[in-house]
Amino acid sequence: MYEFNYQKAGSVADAAAKVAGADDGTLMAGGMTLIPTLKQRLAMPSDVVDIGQLADLQGISVAGGKVSIGSMTTHDTVANSADVKGAIPALTVLASGIGDPMVRNRGTMGGSVANNDPAADYPGAVLGLGATVVTDKREIAGDDFFTGMFETALDEGEIITRIDFPVPTKAAYTKFPNPASRYAIVGVFVAQTADGVRVAVTGAGGTAFRATEMEAALNANFSPSALDGISVSADGLNKDIHASAEYRAHLIGVMAKRAVAACG
Amino acid sequence: MASVSMTINGKQVSGEVEGRTLLVEFLREHQRLTGTHVGCDTTQCGACTIHMNGEAVKSCTMLAVQADSAEVSTIEGLANGDELHPMQEAFREHHGLQCGFCTPGMIMSATALAKRNPSPSEADVRHWLEGNLCRCTGYHNIVKAVMAGARAMNA
Repeated sequence: MYEFNYQKAGSVADAAAKVAGADDGTLMAGGMTLIPTLKQRLAMPSDVVDIGQLADLQGISVAGGKVSIGSMTTHDTVANSADVKGAIPALTVLASGIGDPMVRNRGTMGGSVANNDPAADYPGAVLGLGATVVTDKREIAGDDFFTGMFETALDEGEIITRIDFPVPTKAAYTKFPNPASRYAIVGVFVAQTADGVRVAVTGAGGTAFRATEMEAALNANFSPSALDGISVSADGLNKDIHASAEYRAHLIGVMAKRAVAACG
Repeated sequence: MASVSMTINGKQVSGEVEGRTLLVEFLREHQRLTGTHVGCDTTQCGACTIHMNGEAVKSCTMLAVQADSAEVSTIEGLANGDELHPMQEAFREHHGLQCGFCTPGMIMSATALAKRNPSPSEADVRHWLEGNLCRCTGYHNIVKAVMAGARAMNA
C-alpha cells in the first residue's frame, strides 16, 4: 500500500481539525471500504484520520418514537441489538445481511451512509424511514442526503455523529443480494409511517431513490397485490455483469412485494 | 513510524510500524506468526481471520495501529501444546480441509461462531461462513466439522 499519514482522532472536533489541517485528508470509520480502496489506489489521501474508535459516536438509544444510532456503531451491534429489534426489526434484518460476520464486526453505519455506495443497504433504511442524519454541523433530512453515486450532501470534512430513525408502524427490508459480496443487486425498504407509506430502493440506481408510484398505490391499499401492474422503467438503472438494467427494474417490483408481505 | 503494542495469544508484544502496515503484515512479517494467511487481500476470502478483543475480524483489512492495545488471538494460540483445540480436532476428524490454505481463517471464524451459538445448525454455519471462501470447495466437510467443533467446545 502507498504511504499515508495515519492519525487517530481524540474527539469529533479533533477529527475535523485534523482533516482540515491535512493536504488531502480523509476520515476512516470501520475501514471496510476505505482500506481496500487505498490498497487499489482508487483514492490516495495524504492523511487518514481514524474516528472508528470514538466513544461519543457509539451506541443506540430508543426514546421519543425514534431510534438513535451513533455513527460508529458497527453493523454487528445493530444486528444484535434487542432495543433496535424491539422498535424497528427491519433495521436488524438489514444490518445482519451486510457483508459477512467479520465485516459486520468492523463496518459502521455512518461509514456506509457517508460512502453512499449505490449497492449499500443502509441508504435504503435512511430513505425508507425518513431518517435524519445528524452531523457535527447540522441535521440533514434523509430525503436530501443522497445526491448521487458515492455523493452525499455532506461538506468536505463534515462528520456524521448519529442517525435518528423514526419508529414506523410497520417496516421491512428485502434484498436480492449479490451471492458473493452480499451487496444489494436490488434492495427495497418499505415502511408504513405516520406520514404515509415510504418505499426506498437501493442497488438499482446510481443512488438510493424513492418509488413514488408504489408509495401512492400502497397508501391506497397496503398489500402486495396493490403493486400489480406497476412497472418500473429500466432507464438509468445500473447494469453490470451481475444484472441488466431490465432485470433490476423487474427485481424492484418483486422485492417491493416481498417487503410489503414481510410487513405482515 | 508509530509504536504499537498488543497482546497476541496471551503474550505482550510491541513494535514499530508505518501507518500503512496492515495487521496481517504485522502478524506474519514482524511477529513471524505465519499461520494467518493472506488469500485475496480484498476482504473477501477470510483466510486472514483472527480475533481482536474476542471478535472475528479480517486482519488484511485493518491497520496494525488500529489493533494498538488490543487482545489478538491467532490460529497459533489455539492448541494447548500437542493437544489440538476442539475445533481443530473436529476439522481433523471430519476431514474439513483439502489444501488447507483457508483452514486457519475457517477455524478462527468457526470458534467465534461457537462462542455465540453453542449448537449451530447447518444453515447457521453456512450463513456464518459467508466470509470464508474455500477454493477447493470443501464446504461439505467444513460445515460438518464446525457443527461438531462447536458442540465439542461447549460440551
